[in-house]
Parts: sequence; C-alpha cells; structure tokens
Amino acid sequence: MVMWFKRKHDQILSILLVFPSALAILVFVYGFIVLTTYVSFSNWNKLVPDYSFIGAANYLRVFQNPRFLITLRNLGVFTGLFVGGSLILGFLLAVLLDRRIKAEGLFRTIYLYPLALSFIVTGVVWRWLLNPGSPQMGSAGINLLLEKMGLGFLKTGWYTDPRIGIIAVAVAAVWQMSGYVMAMYLAGLRGIPEELREAARVDGASEFQIYRFVVLPLLRPITFGALIVLGHISLKIYDLVVAMTGPGPGYSCDVPAYFMWELTFRANRFGQGAVIACILLIGVSLLILPYLRYSLRREAKI
Amino acid sequence: MKQKVSWMLVVLLAVGLLGWAQVGTPLVLDKVSSLADIALTVFGDTAYAPAIMRATNSKALVDNTFARISRLDEILPAGSKLWIPEETWAKAFLAVWDPNRVEDLFGGGKLVVGSWWTTGGEAEGLEALFATYRSRYPDVLIVNATVAGGAGFIFKAIVKPRIIAGDPPDTFQLHAGLEVEGYSPETYLRPLDDLYTIFGWDKVFPADLLDLMRYEGHYWGVPVNIHRSNVLWYNKEIFAQYGLTPPTNWDEFFAICEKLKNTGIVPIIIGNAGGWEVAHLFEDILASVLSPDEYRGLWTGETPWTHPGVTKALEILKRIMDYANVDYSAHTWDTALDYFVANKGAMHIMGDWAWGWFMAKQIDYKVGWAPVPGTKGIFVALSDTFTFPKRAANPINVIGWLEVCGSKEGQIAFNMRKGSIPARTDITPAEKAQFNPYLQSCMDDWARDAIVPSVIHGAAAPESWVVDFKDTINLFLVTKDVKGAQEALVAAAKTALGK
Repeated sequence: MVMWFKRKHDQILSILLVFPSALAILVFVYGFIVLTTYVSFSNWNKLVPDYSFIGAANYLRVFQNPRFLITLRNLGVFTGLFVGGSLILGFLLAVLLDRRIKAEGLFRTIYLYPLALSFIVTGVVWRWLLNPGSPQMGSAGINLLLEKMGLGFLKTGWYTDPRIGIIAVAVAAVWQMSGYVMAMYLAGLRGIPEELREAARVDGASEFQIYRFVVLPLLRPITFGALIVLGHISLKIYDLVVAMTGPGPGYSCDVPAYFMWELTFRANRFGQGAVIACILLIGVSLLILPYLRYSLRREAKI
Repeated sequence: MKQKVSWMLVVLLAVGLLGWAQVGTPLVLDKVSSLADIALTVFGDTAYAPAIMRATNSKALVDNTFARISRLDEILPAGSKLWIPEETWAKAFLAVWDPNRVEDLFGGGKLVVGSWWTTGGEAEGLEALFATYRSRYPDVLIVNATVAGGAGFIFKAIVKPRIIAGDPPDTFQLHAGLEVEGYSPETYLRPLDDLYTIFGWDKVFPADLLDLMRYEGHYWGVPVNIHRSNVLWYNKEIFAQYGLTPPTNWDEFFAICEKLKNTGIVPIIIGNAGGWEVAHLFEDILASVLSPDEYRGLWTGETPWTHPGVTKALEILKRIMDYANVDYSAHTWDTALDYFVANKGAMHIMGDWAWGWFMAKQIDYKVGWAPVPGTKGIFVALSDTFTFPKRAANPINVIGWLEVCGSKEGQIAFNMRKGSIPARTDITPAEKAQFNPYLQSCMDDWARDAIVPSVIHGAAAPESWVVDFKDTINLFLVTKDVKGAQEALVAAAKTALGK
C-alpha cells in the first residue's frame, strides 16, 4: 500500500491539483454550454425562467428576423475584411521592419501599441475620426483631413452611410490588430535562418520569389495561429460596435453578439438570445476544431 | 392613565402642528415602560412596537441622546428618549416588515437606488430626491446605482440579470405602464396597493395615470413625474430671421422645411445613435394622424395596424428624413442639438427632457416650443416611477424612499430640476409659479389635453413589442419601403397581442 502510494504519489498529486480547475471548467464552461443549448429550445421568452421544451420554434423565429439576417451578413463582411486586412497589413509591416531599418524598435512599438488599447477605446477614437460631419456644420475627423488636402471628393459618410456601415468598423479593428499580427510574423521571420534565403539567392530566385516560395510556406503555422486568434475575435466582436457606432443606420453596423444582447436583456426573449449564442458557438468551434486537430497532430509527431 | 392620555395628546398635537415635513416626534419616558405599552398608548395597538423600535434606533445612529433598543421586549427605564414615527410610516412599516427579519429593527443600512439619470437636470433632480430622503432618514446610506443611456435602454438590460439572480437594487426606475410586464412583476416585484392606501396616493394622482400604473390589477411603482413626448422645439432666432411661425400641421411643417432647405440650415435636427430617437418621432407622428382613441387602440388591438393612418405616418417620416441632417446616425438626440446651439438647425422633435438640456446649455432664451404638428390637444405622456423589488435587501429603507417619491415636497424638489411636472394633482398655484414657463404651460396642457401613452418610453406596450417597433422603424430609415414597414408593424402587433 505504502509502496503503491509512493509510486503513484506524483500522479495523485497532479490529479488533485488539476481537479478544482477542471471541475470549475466543467461546470462554468461546459455546464453552461449545455444549459444555453437547452434554453435555445425552451419557451423562456419573458423574465421568469420557463424551461418548457418548444422544439425549434426559437430558431425559426430568429432566422425569420430580418435584423438577424443583416447581422449575419455584416459578420461575414467584417470577418473577411478584418482577418484578411490584418493578415496582409501585418505581414507587410513585418517584412518592412525585417529589413534591418533604423530605429526598428521604435516603429515596432508604434505599430504594436494599438493592441494595448481595449476595443472600447479604439471604438471611441474611431467614432470621432470617422464622424463625417455635415455640409451645415462642416466636415469632421478624416473627412476634414481629406478636405484640407484637397481630396474633398473622397469624403464619404463612413459609418453613417448604410452602404459602408460595418466596413468602417472593420477599418478600426484592422488598425488595432494588425500590429499584433506584425509581431507574430516578425518573430517568425527572425526564426528563418539566413542560409535558406542565401541558398535561394544562389539558385537565382528573386526577392519576391524568396518570399513566395521560401518564407511564406515556412510561416504557415504563424498564419494559421493568427487566423484562429483573429477569427474568434471577429465572431465575438461586440465592444467595438457598441463604442463606435451602435447598430448603425438600418442595422448596417449591427453584429450578432449585439443583437443577442438586445434580444435577451431588452426584449426578454431569452430563448431566442440563446439561439444566437449557440450559432456563434458553432461558428467559433468550426474555426477552432481544425486548429485543435492540427496542433494535436503536431504534438503527436513531436 | 391620565399621564398616558396627556402624552398622547401632546404627541398628536405635535404631529398635527408640525405637519407633513416632520416624520415623527421625540418622546421622553417619565416612567419605566415596555415598547408594547408605548405602542398601545400612542397608536392604540401593541403591534406598533417594532415600528417604534426601528424609528428610535434609526435616530440613535445619528443622535446619541436617543435610546438604543436591542430587544422588542426590552423594559426601558424612565428618561429614555424615543422617536415616535408618523402613523402613515408606522402602518407602512407593519405592512412591509417581515417579523423574521430582526435585523430590520436596528436602523441604518443602505438604500440602493437604480436609475438612468446621469446627465444635466436629471442627475440634479435625483440628487434633490436624495437630499429630501437624507433629511428624513439621515441614518441610511444612499447608493446611487445609475447606468447612463437615454430612455434607460442600457440600464434595463443590466438590472434584469440582477433581478433574476435575486440581487436587485432596493428600488429602481421604471416607466409607468406596460414596461412593467418585462419585469414579470408577479414574481419579482412587490405590489404596492397597501402602500397606495396608507399614503393616500390613490387620491392624489390623476385617474388616467392610476389606470396606466395598474397592471394585472395592482400598482407596481410610485410615479415621481410626468414627461411629454410630443414637443416641437424651434430656434426662435432662425424663425425670426426667416419670418416663420411654428407649424400646426405637417403641410406647414414641410413648407418651412422647403424654405430652409438651401439656406445652410438643417430644417429638422435628428440624432438616432441611441437607436430609439426616430422611433420616438414616429410615435408622435402616429399620434398626429390618428385620433387619441385610434392611437390608444393600436396598442390594445382595437385599431388595426393596416389603418391608412399608419401608412400616412410612415410617409410623413420618410419625407422628414429628407430634411434631416445627414449625420443623424452619428448623433444622439442631445449631441445633435449642436446644430441648434450653432443656429444651424431650426427644429427638433423630442420629449420635454430636452428643456433641461437647453437650460443646462443656457440657450433656453432662443428656444420656442409647440406641440408636434397635428397634436394640439394631445399629450403623449410618460412617467417615471420607482419600484419595490420583492427581494430588496433593505426593505424598510425603501418605504421612506417611496414616501419621498410620492410626496409633494419630493415631487416639487425633483421636477423643478429634472424639467418635468409633478404627477400629483394637488399642486397649488403658488407652487406652480416656482416652475419655469415651459413647465407651467406643460402643466396647463396636462390638465386640459387628451392623454395618450408613449410607446418608446414604456407606457403603451410591453418591452418586447417596443423592440420590434423600434427595429422596424430603424430598418425603414434605410429601406424607405412604406409597404414593407407597415407589414412588419402588423406582424409585430400580431406577435405581441397574439392575434
């Protein structure tokens, strides 16, 4: 017995140490996922909880709601622009900084700093910057800058124009997150041995070809990681919209998370709010699962 | 026995002389007595002993000449100084107090007041209510739990999870009317019928308002004020410059808009960043094209939403948007008024809380007011009330709060600053004269006009319907599709009314 205990000592200790947090995660993450999923099939559509089962009625109602369909479309546009924009801009910045320029540390800090802000602050700042002003009161923010530069024909209504709407929000989000992508890529670029590039040069590759056929493939795990991080931020985006635009004209800036909040806590339709929560969860899992598979496979290899 | 009678006479005389402002009277015992004896002598019923104990302990916290009573059956020595509460408060105490909650007999504690009054006049009004409360219950610590956001749309979303979790504020702001439905009052709020009788509120508030306050046959809040939703504010300087007079119907309104269109002045200022402001405008347009009965019928199912008046209202709204500032979705109603301040905007349609804003900006000298075109003789009303959650942590402190809210003193102090009118009907001409000219004219209209409930401010319809209504109008601003919007309004009414 004593021997057994001694042998298993480390194992028991580690299980005991992990147990509390495992239990908390089980209850507060997975338990509530189950509860939310159940609520999405229940008749809880006033303040007092009502857990009676009503099938897919909430799902039908949510998908018949024109505002929800608009938020889905907005989310698609936002995700595409935000993830694509951050990756491309981040990569370009990293490549430029990797050229051993002067005061690299200063530039790196400048580009990375927006990440230190919360989305609320970013939202407020960009609300001011993209406030279009009006003919009567004069232009404001970026429109004023364009006007002073003699580029007045480029002025638009930004987020007050329903055709732009969510795109303006994506601009702010790219501004905030591209520095983060830059940092990831920069670390990756520094990790690529100079010999590989040299070898490519010896083989007669142009600089563009080196990036295209040597550097980018080697950076694939970083691109993948950045994609996951940006993707789940994008699906959950809420605070930026609240601080910057609200739902916008004709819900052109609205996102599912914002609509979920309003549907649940203003209209008291807890069941329908849970439906949107479930849809967002499915979206995030679709994004995370390939990543989990990929990283598990890699761990197995190692 | 004679002595006891003389006590009683002195006490009653003092209460009568000092009147309402006094919330009780001190009493020094001339012989050893128990609380039950005193209660029997003063109130004629031993049941009032806990009320006297609580009132005395409250006093003792701020004035150590008063006795501290630690038990209900304590025998108090001669010379002990007690505080005899007012009879109405004592009755309310007995109605509210749960005998299992001995902790309520010791006074002090907190009063957590939830509201969305954070800016300008409204914060000052709330502070005036607090001051009145503090002067009467100095032992209680007031916790001002406000959440910013016009029409309370953020506050409501934050207070609801707290209510479900069983941790509500001790009292919170609620619009009079069907908004209470969203709080499932039968589960979470205490009906106030008994307090209405004790404090006589059912006699001092107008019948229309009392009807509005009753949901499922009970009262759930105490109204502190009345606001008017359908006010057209106009810039006197611009109107004088262009020789304009306030429009009385929509044709005149659009004639003014046409005239101002190319002058570098925005004819009608709109801010819709809060998401409710244009829906507010739309409810006023509905009130202008429908008769008061038809308008009320929209929310009860008697007027169908297919009514041609609704079509007309949508068309008017569509046309108004052509004359509005292009950046309306970047502004809330108050930031949009920058146009007004700069003399770049001529008219604005907003509830009369805007008057408090004008005064705070000291531009009230150039602000004129008129009913929204087509709503002369109609008063689209909303009222703020305070509730009594069943699970309030400090129920006894809430009694005094509701008492202050419903009192004349509290209502006058509050409304003069908030820029609204008292809900009570017993305001004397001398008291009325203390209010500013706008509010005096508003009081006249309130007494004279047909009263219809505001929808976007919670009076006419439950919250879920309000959200559908608002969503439809916000979508309409972009689609400009009158037919589609009307169909959506019909569908929303069907969902809400179940027919």
